[in-house]
Amino acid sequence: MPDTTDRELTFAQAVREALAEEMRHDSRVCILGEDVAEAGTPFKVLSGLVEEFGTNRVFDTPISEAGFTGIAVGAAMTGIRPVVDIMFGDFLTLTMDQMVNQAAKIHYMSGGKWKVPMVLRTTLGASRRSAAQHSQSLHAWLCHVPGLKVVIPSTPADAKGLLKTAIRDENPVIFFEDKMMHHKLKGPVPTGEYTIPLGVAEVKRIGKDISLIATSSMVQVALGAADMLAEIGISAEVVDPRTLWPLDEKTLIDSAKKTSRAIVIDEGYGRYGVTSELASVISEGAFYDLDGPVLRMGAMHVPIPFSPPLEDLTVPTEKMLFDAAKKLCSKS
Amino acid sequence: MTPQTEEAVNTFSKELALHAYRQMLRIRMFEEQVNELYTRALMPGLAHLYSGEEAIAVGICEALKKEDYVTSTHRGHGHCLAKGATPNLMFAELLGKEAGYCHGKGGSMHIADPATGNLGANAIVGGSMGIATGAAFSSKYLKNDLVAVCFFGEGALGQGLLYEVLNIAQLWKLPVIYVCENNLYNEYTHYSETTAGDICARATAFGVKAETVDGQDVQAVYSKAKQLIDDARAGGGPAFLLCNTYRYTGHHVGDINRDYYRTKQEEQEWKTRRDPILLHGERLLHEGFTDKATLDALESEVREEMKAAVEFAIAAPYPALEEVEMHVYA
Ligand SMILES: Cc1ncc(C[n+]2csc(CCOP(=O)(O)OP(=O)(O)O)c2C)c(N)n1
Repeated sequence: MPDTTDRELTFAQAVREALAEEMRHDSRVCILGEDVAEAGTPFKVLSGLVEEFGTNRVFDTPISEAGFTGIAVGAAMTGIRPVVDIMFGDFLTLTMDQMVNQAAKIHYMSGGKWKVPMVLRTTLGASRRSAAQHSQSLHAWLCHVPGLKVVIPSTPADAKGLLKTAIRDENPVIFFEDKMMHHKLKGPVPTGEYTIPLGVAEVKRIGKDISLIATSSMVQVALGAADMLAEIGISAEVVDPRTLWPLDEKTLIDSAKKTSRAIVIDEGYGRYGVTSELASVISEGAFYDLDGPVLRMGAMHVPIPFSPPLEDLTVPTEKMLFDAAKKLCSKS
Repeated sequence: MTPQTEEAVNTFSKELALHAYRQMLRIRMFEEQVNELYTRALMPGLAHLYSGEEAIAVGICEALKKEDYVTSTHRGHGHCLAKGATPNLMFAELLGKEAGYCHGKGGSMHIADPATGNLGANAIVGGSMGIATGAAFSSKYLKNDLVAVCFFGEGALGQGLLYEVLNIAQLWKLPVIYVCENNLYNEYTHYSETTAGDICARATAFGVKAETVDGQDVQAVYSKAKQLIDDARAGGGPAFLLCNTYRYTGHHVGDINRDYYRTKQEEQEWKTRRDPILLHGERLLHEGFTDKATLDALESEVREEMKAAVEFAIAAPYPALEEVEMHVYA
């Protein structure tokens, strides 16, 4: 990354800046989604883009997730680079045929003749008291499908660099943003032009006793837990894969080999989820260097409830991670 | 004669009429060979034959430019050929060979060919409606004046995607023509059991102009298509074209015993009285465009072309096993 500055941006500002830069850089890049133009999305992530680029680049669509996602697939095949905005990750369900059976398959089924260079941006994450149809983290579903790439940044700087790369990628890329981070998370973002390659994890904090492998919002949780662990003399390393597919297996395995213990934490459901896959990768790659089983922490296996105290139970917290890490370190 | 049909006759020149006849024959003979390959157990998978419906693909594709886009369905051989695909590469694809359009990775239901604007056949009923509309979106965005045609069977009228994209195409005035091929059956069920209301009214409810045409009459299909396509290219927005037709064979080549959903007599009536190739041949003779001997000679010539293409495909090698992991990502 070029010269880091003191400049701090919110996650939403970083996303917006990435889009604006790519739209300036390439006239084929356009945005499709519900209330993306004047409204700038309900989360105000895209505010200001329509003022610069106009309604011929930023398209307000009807409430037709399958329709405009399908249109993006066809447009991507024929010379456009659309960025689709799916307001809540829960509504991904409505785009599934277009993403899973169309976008993900076209390059392969055509023997490499057609490409689908599109990005689908959407959200994940609970904690907004939004209840079960607006709180899910469904990224694992898309990781399961060959032909799709899945990006899940945890900081404003990563979001910007990864989104720029995703837009330039020749494949369908799904880009997940935690909706709690949009305006609450601020961080340093370099001023110059930069991109971050897909498939490269980053060690967010160096440690030697235990590896906390965390994604998206859970990176902040892991960093918080690492602070707590430091107070009792346990040195935790925090590793963020940043993209789930392609996956940087080596960095995860190397960290686990070094520390000999690992916990994987992700906001998606624990069962059959991202944590299961990452834990397997680490177990297979670092088994003989491990001092205990790789643990996984994800959302409880329930629809996310509305009632605040109930909702708070469903998502992993710093305290839960601290307790698990402490226990794992004391056993081995 | 209404002014419209007068114009149609004028634009359907002798040359075009003869070419359309040849194209329909090529589709029919192509599929004769497909049936044969399948029966001889040389062809893997499923094959859905288009026989009986040839006038639609040919009438529409003759009204398109080579660069214009089409999307197709599980019953897609006719659309591919009419848009300009080569039988050698199509048969190779049907047999899963390296030389096929998709290196043998797509098969009968997924032939795609950028060189002829073919965005791909699709095994999801209604699955390509977004893609075709998206191609029309990029045509408008890039101002390249291309038109996209979305072929689908009447069974796809049940899919919600159609109504999402009709709405958007009309709002944004996209150059896309939705071509509904009503061959009366959704797989093994008569469409009247699955389709409420009036088919064209579904499009006109969105303000999309809709027309109905005899899908067995290649000249009628061509002239309607030409009007709609030219209009879309000029910025007139989307259109819906309902083509009434019939498929002669089963839903797929293995669907032999079909008395439980339709009668032999019905099939026979369409084949003898409503066949698009017979009807068009009669017209060519009546207009004095050609003679019977020439038509017979053409038939043998096309049959030979298709046999040679099959031989090419049978002799062609399978893909190298390393291909299995290629083209997952671009
Ligand atoms: C979404 C979906 N549902 C079901 C099927 C199984 N299927 C394949 S073809 C077909 C019938 C299609 O009928 P129609 O659209 O009228 O086309 P036709 O076969 O008559 O050309 C069905 C149900 C499918 N391929 N895709």
